[in-house]
Amino acid sequence: MRPRLSQEAGNGIDAGTFTRIEVRDLSFHYGPETALAHINLKVRRNQILGIMGPARSGKTSFLRILNRLSDLAANARLEGQVLLDGQDIFAPGFDVNALRRKVGIVFDKPVPLPKSIYENLAFAPRMQGGGGATMPEVVERALRRAHLWDEVKDRLGSPALALSGGQQQRLCLARTLAMEPEVILLDEPTSGLDPISTAKIEDTLADLKQSYTIVLVSNSDKQIARVSDRVAFFLMGELVEEGPTRQVFTVPRDPRTEAFVSGSFG
Amino acid sequence: MSAPSAIVARPQPPPRRLLGPADAQRLAKAVLWGLTSLALAILVFIIGYIAWKGLPQITAAFLSEPVRDMGRAGGIFSTVVSTALVTAIALAIATPLGVGTAIYLTEYTREGWLVSVVRFGAECLAGVPSIILGLFGFVLFVLKLGFGWSVLSGGLTLAVMVMPTIIRTSEEAIKTVPHELREVCYSLGVPKWPTITRVVLPAALPGIVTGIVLSVGRSVGETAVVLFTAGAAVGTPHSPFDSGRTLAVHFYILAREGISMPNAYGTAFVLVAAILLINTAAYAIMYGVMRKNA
Amino acid sequence: MEASMERQWWIERALMLVALSAVGSLALITLFIFSEGLPVLAKAGLSNFLLSSHWAPTKGHFGIFAMIVSSVLATLGALAIGVPLGLACAVVLAEFATPTMRLILKPAVELLAGIPSVVYGFLGVVLLVPLIRDWLGGPGLSLLAVALILGVMILPTIISISIDALRAVPRTYREASLAVGATQWQTIWRVVLPAARSGVVTAIILAMGRAIGETMAVIMVAGNALRLPHSPLDSVRTLTSNIALELGYASGDHRAALFATGLVLFAVILVLNAAASLLRRQR
Repeated sequence: MRPRLSQEAGNGIDAGTFTRIEVRDLSFHYGPETALAHINLKVRRNQILGIMGPARSGKTSFLRILNRLSDLAANARLEGQVLLDGQDIFAPGFDVNALRRKVGIVFDKPVPLPKSIYENLAFAPRMQGGGGATMPEVVERALRRAHLWDEVKDRLGSPALALSGGQQQRLCLARTLAMEPEVILLDEPTSGLDPISTAKIEDTLADLKQSYTIVLVSNSDKQIARVSDRVAFFLMGELVEEGPTRQVFTVPRDPRTEAFVSGSFG
Repeated sequence: MSAPSAIVARPQPPPRRLLGPADAQRLAKAVLWGLTSLALAILVFIIGYIAWKGLPQITAAFLSEPVRDMGRAGGIFSTVVSTALVTAIALAIATPLGVGTAIYLTEYTREGWLVSVVRFGAECLAGVPSIILGLFGFVLFVLKLGFGWSVLSGGLTLAVMVMPTIIRTSEEAIKTVPHELREVCYSLGVPKWPTITRVVLPAALPGIVTGIVLSVGRSVGETAVVLFTAGAAVGTPHSPFDSGRTLAVHFYILAREGISMPNAYGTAFVLVAAILLINTAAYAIMYGVMRKNA
Repeated sequence: MEASMERQWWIERALMLVALSAVGSLALITLFIFSEGLPVLAKAGLSNFLLSSHWAPTKGHFGIFAMIVSSVLATLGALAIGVPLGLACAVVLAEFATPTMRLILKPAVELLAGIPSVVYGFLGVVLLVPLIRDWLGGPGLSLLAVALILGVMILPTIISISIDALRAVPRTYREASLAVGATQWQTIWRVVLPAARSGVVTAIILAMGRAIGETMAVIMVAGNALRLPHSPLDSVRTLTSNIALELGYASGDHRAALFATGLVLFAVILVLNAAASLLRRQR
């Protein structure tokens, strides 16, 4: 791990950062529509990369490409490369399921499985052969990291659907964490949650970035400003600007970024 | 001056109709409700008449004794056994094939030519009249495959008959499972098949079971198919290769040959009651689930 | 370990084979009916088979015209009874009934659908036939009896599919009509029913298929006489009855002729189903 000098203004020197995910000239189309055009981006380890932009700018499409959930879309066509630790994730024969275990995702709407809290967390790890004696520890560790353990430790057997919205979302985060991913993707994770739950999740993210690489898509640029280390601004399928948070928000290089950040459109 | 007043248009009275709209509605509603009551009355009458004439025949002996003397005496137990065997064989085959087809149609394919072909095949199969199925079963299972008149032949042919029902209800049940559940599983790195077996199918289970129960009801009431494949032997079948008459076939023969009217009514009652119970159970399962999800 | 990509591939292939079983069965059925029936058609000639009413299979005469006519007339009669009755019920259930009424009436319709055909036939013999014989004359076992029984039997089909068709008409149509002052009945008659037309026609076509294919109930009340019907009170034999009555003891060419009859029936029903499918897809 060679320390690299960061040359962006405002963030000083980032010792020990290097790229986990590299996106090279990525274009993505749904049939005739182009959702993303010529994206070049690097996601750095142990940082939170915030992705912001108005609606329909391709943010969610981009996120879903990072763990190949884009495969599920009909008529989807992809050009360019996405490299995880140097490997092209779209190479033929690439183990998609292993990718998705390494790169976990939390969706905008909490989707608990219709099972108990414990089962929600144990379900996927059990399929990897893990289980038996160590499972309760795995479950507890994931719930603690998601800051949900104290609230549910007495009722692990009760249905997950009985939890509140904020709790369900943290459950989904815990579920992803139970798979021991290395990268966590979050697609507008606090949309629809009250401010207290939102704050809880944002705090959790701040803790998690010590051990994980995080990519966060949000409709609220204020949330991006609060939480991220670096920001990427997407507009109508294009990556307009990317850089350290403070720089993008205070002295953006592109006039469109300036306009968005100052609220001229959104 | 008469000319100008002749040119000025005079307001016309509204065209006279036989009935004003309000009256027309009253008449229409009366006719419609009348016809509906007629249809309801027919249903009530059918069930009531069967119950009236058939209930007195239902004794413990009637239900537990085998058919004796070609139906003039004894009970219907042997037919119940035949019916159960034939239905069980039919479901044992049609359920995996039907549910498997439904899974394939919903989970593994996008709308394309293969899906259209499979769907068309299932729809056509659903429309094949029972006598044609009887012909088919007769030629293939009784004759060509050499199973003879047997419970096995009957079950196999019934399987073909109920498969479209199971496919359709299973497909609908699987489709109502929200897409997000599958996405969550895939995003956790769970491959397709375990996602289907551990999340999708359990969620779709009530709908699938409803389809199976409905198929049981259809099998129990079916006559033409079974008559020409399982035969009409009176005894209790001891192996799948034995012939045996089902409840419906027994009833048909009793009625047609006029062998014993009391027994015929009794058999009819058991037949109708069984089917009504089975279908009610199916709908109870379905509505029970709907209420749980509401 | 379950998570093997190759295993997933094999599972997908296996399921595809399973899915083809439905099509496969249909193909098998078609194949067998064809192969068993075709020789006789070749021997007797298709036009002769279809247009001669001389059915004496033991003597080598295979004309099914009388039975075709009987089947067609019986079906038309069934529709004449079942469609008005069924549509009326459908309109009442979809447009006029309160939710509590619907809660009782819908299961009632589904119950009707579950009653086996032999029970209908039985009641027909025991109640309807004597009624016809005493009040209208003739043997009682007649085309009229068949039409009446079939009419009742197709009610559930017509009712449920028509209800679906009526429900599928967007609420905005009704609201627009009522908003300009039309009564509920005017709305139904001039707006809703025409909009639901293709669905109702689908229901009728499927009911036709059911009526033509019905066997057991028909056998019990039709009288099964081998001639062209001249009045509704005549005894008739339909295509389905013919097959069912003689299959038990037919052999050789005779049996092949029964298969050929089945082939004709099958072809008719396939055409009806295809028409219904096309209509459904158009919607």
